[in-house]
Amino acid sequence: MKKWQDNKGWLFILPVFLIVAFSAIIPLMTVVNYSIQDIFGPGQRIFVGTEWFKETLTDPRLHEALWRQLLFSGLVLLIEMPLGIAIALTMPTKKGLGASLCLVLVALPLLIPWNVIGTIWIIFTRPDIGLMGALINNMGISFDHTASGLHAWITLMLMEVWHWTPLVILLAYAGLRSIPEAYYQAARIDGASAWAIFKYIQLPKMRGVLTIALLLRFMDSFLIYAEPFVLTGGGPGNATTFLSIYLVKIAVGQFDLGPAGAFSLIYFLIVLLFCYLFYQVLLNVGKGEAS
Amino acid sequence: MAQICLDEIAHSYLPFPKTDEDYALKRIHNIWNDGGAYALLGPSGCGKTTLLNIISGLLKPSKGRVRFDETDVTELPPEKRNIAQVFQFPVLYDTMSVFNNLAFPLKNRGFDKAYITSRVTEIAKILELETVLHKKAEGLGADAKQKISLGRGLVREDVAAILFDEPLTVIDPQLKWQLRCKLKEIHEQLKLTLIYVTHDQVEALTFADQIIVMYEGWIVQIGTPQELFEYPDHKFVGYFIGSPGMNFLPCIMENDGVRVGRFHIPVDEKTAALGKKATGRLELGIRPLYLKIHAREMADSFQVPVQSVEDQGSCQVVTLAFSEHRIKARIAENDPAPESMAWVSFPKEWIRLFADDQLLK
Repeated sequence: MKKWQDNKGWLFILPVFLIVAFSAIIPLMTVVNYSIQDIFGPGQRIFVGTEWFKETLTDPRLHEALWRQLLFSGLVLLIEMPLGIAIALTMPTKKGLGASLCLVLVALPLLIPWNVIGTIWIIFTRPDIGLMGALINNMGISFDHTASGLHAWITLMLMEVWHWTPLVILLAYAGLRSIPEAYYQAARIDGASAWAIFKYIQLPKMRGVLTIALLLRFMDSFLIYAEPFVLTGGGPGNATTFLSIYLVKIAVGQFDLGPAGAFSLIYFLIVLLFCYLFYQVLLNVGKGEAS
Repeated sequence: MAQICLDEIAHSYLPFPKTDEDYALKRIHNIWNDGGAYALLGPSGCGKTTLLNIISGLLKPSKGRVRFDETDVTELPPEKRNIAQVFQFPVLYDTMSVFNNLAFPLKNRGFDKAYITSRVTEIAKILELETVLHKKAEGLGADAKQKISLGRGLVREDVAAILFDEPLTVIDPQLKWQLRCKLKEIHEQLKLTLIYVTHDQVEALTFADQIIVMYEGWIVQIGTPQELFEYPDHKFVGYFIGSPGMNFLPCIMENDGVRVGRFHIPVDEKTAALGKKATGRLELGIRPLYLKIHAREMADSFQVPVQSVEDQGSCQVVTLAFSEHRIKARIAENDPAPESMAWVSFPKEWIRLFADDQLLK
C-alpha cells in the first residue's frame, strides 16, 4: 500500500479545523499579537516582548481585582452548590403537572437577558421605590448598594444566587431522576437512613452532573461582567470591580490594547488552570482503594 | 426464617380500581413453606414483580394481608420485615468497598464492629468474595456485583426470605449457570426461603422445587417442574412451559376418542370419561416431545403433510399440517427427518383434554 492513500482522512477533519481556527485560534492569536506589541495606531507598532506581561502581573489594582474575583466565585460556589442540591432534593419526584410547573418556575431566571437582570435588581433594591430596598429602609435599616461596598456585595450575591442557582437545581434534579428506583428500594430494605441514602446513593450518582454544574458556575462567575456592570458599574469605589470590569476599563476605556491583551491571556490561563484542578479533583473523588 | 402466607391479596396501581381489569394482581391466596425454593414464572407484565414487592413491603397491597408465620406484616415497612431482595440490575453502593457494602445493612441496624467483621467475612467466604473484599465495588464484574447484592441480604441472620427479581438477566450465559448452582448451594446450606422471579422457564425449572406460574394477575398453577410439564392446569401453562409449547387442537368427543377435523384420535377410558362430562370448548393437548413420527403406516397413525423441519442442535422440530391445524413434534437429533409426508400417532397416556382452557381432571 502506498503512503499517500492514508492521507485522505485529513480531508474529513478539515471543516472542523477551519471552524475552530476561525472561532478560537485566530482570535486568540490576535490577542497574543497585541500582548507583545505597543500599538499607537494603524501601521505604528513596536515589539515589546514580555513587558506588558510584567507590567500586568505587578499591577496592584489587578491583584485586588483578582482576590475580589476569587472571593466572589468562592462564595458563589459555596452558596449555590449546596442550595441547588437541597432544592432539587425537595422537588416532586413523580412526573406530572407538579414537577413540570416546578421546573418552569425554577428555570425562569435563566431565561432573562443578563443586562436586564442587572436593571431588575437596580430597581428592586432602590432605597426609595424598590420592593426590597424600600422594605429594608422602612424597617429602619439603611440599605443602599450605591453607597456601601458591603451592601453592593450583598445585592450582587443575592442577584447571582437568584439568577444562577436554578442551573444547579436543574442539573442536580436531572441527576437525581436518573437514579433507578431499585437503589432506593434496596436502601429501604437495608434499613438506610435518609442521610445514608443521600451520602451513599444520591451524591455519588450525581457526581457527573455536579462536576459539570461546578465547572459551569465557576467559569461563569469568574467571567461575570454584564450584571455587576449594569448594577454597580464596579463601584462604589472599586468595591465590585472584578477582573472583567477592570479589563474592559483598560481595553475600551483607556484603549491600552497591549496590556489588555496580556491581561486577557493571563485571565484565560487562570480560568483554564482552575477548571483543570476542579475537574481532576472531582474525577478522583471516591476513586482508588476504599478503607 | 418463616412461612409466608398471602391471604386474599389483590393489588391495583390505580387509586380507585373498579373492574377486574384495573388490578395488576387479581386474587392471590397462598401459603409458601419455610425453607422452600419457589419460582414465580410468567411473561412480562403478569404481576410477578408486583407480588414480590408486596412480600418485601415495597408495595402495600390494595386488599388482603401478608403474614410471616403468624405475624401480620402488611403494615410494616421493608426494613422491619426481615426480607432481603436482589434486583434485576446489581444495586451497589459504588463509593464503598465490597466489605462495607456487605456490612451496610448490619451497620444501619447498629450491630457492634466485631460481630459485623466476623459475619461479613463468613458470608464473603460462602459467596467466594474474600479476594475482592477490600476492593471498590464499582470496578467488579456483573456477576460479582450481583453476588454482593445477594450478600447484603445474607449477612442478616434474621432474614425470613430472600427475594430475587430476575437477578441473572445481566449475567453472561456461562456465569449464569455457575451462579444458579451457587444459589442452590446456599439454599441447601442456609435453609432459607427463596422466591425467585423469572420469565425464563429453564431458570425456573432448574432452580425451584415449586413453580408458581402467573398469567395476567392470576396464579394459574403451582407445582413441581414435572407436574407443570405433564399436567398443565391451564392452556397458558402448556404454551409457556416447554419448547416448543404444547400443541392444542380443537376437538369434539366421538365414541371412544375425539374428532379433530377429518381425523379420529382414540383416547384412553379415563380421558374419554372426563371429556364426556365436560362442558364448553373442548381441546386436545399434547406435548411435541410425546408425538410419535413414523416413516410408514402404523396402528392409529395419521398420514399428514410435513411443512418444515427445524434442526435445533440437540433435537429437531417437525411442523405438520394436521387437518386444518398445525402441530409440532420434537424428535431426536439422530432420527431420520421425514420428507414430504409422515405418519403421526398420539400416545394415549400423553393426551390431555382441556375445556375452556382448563385441564380436565
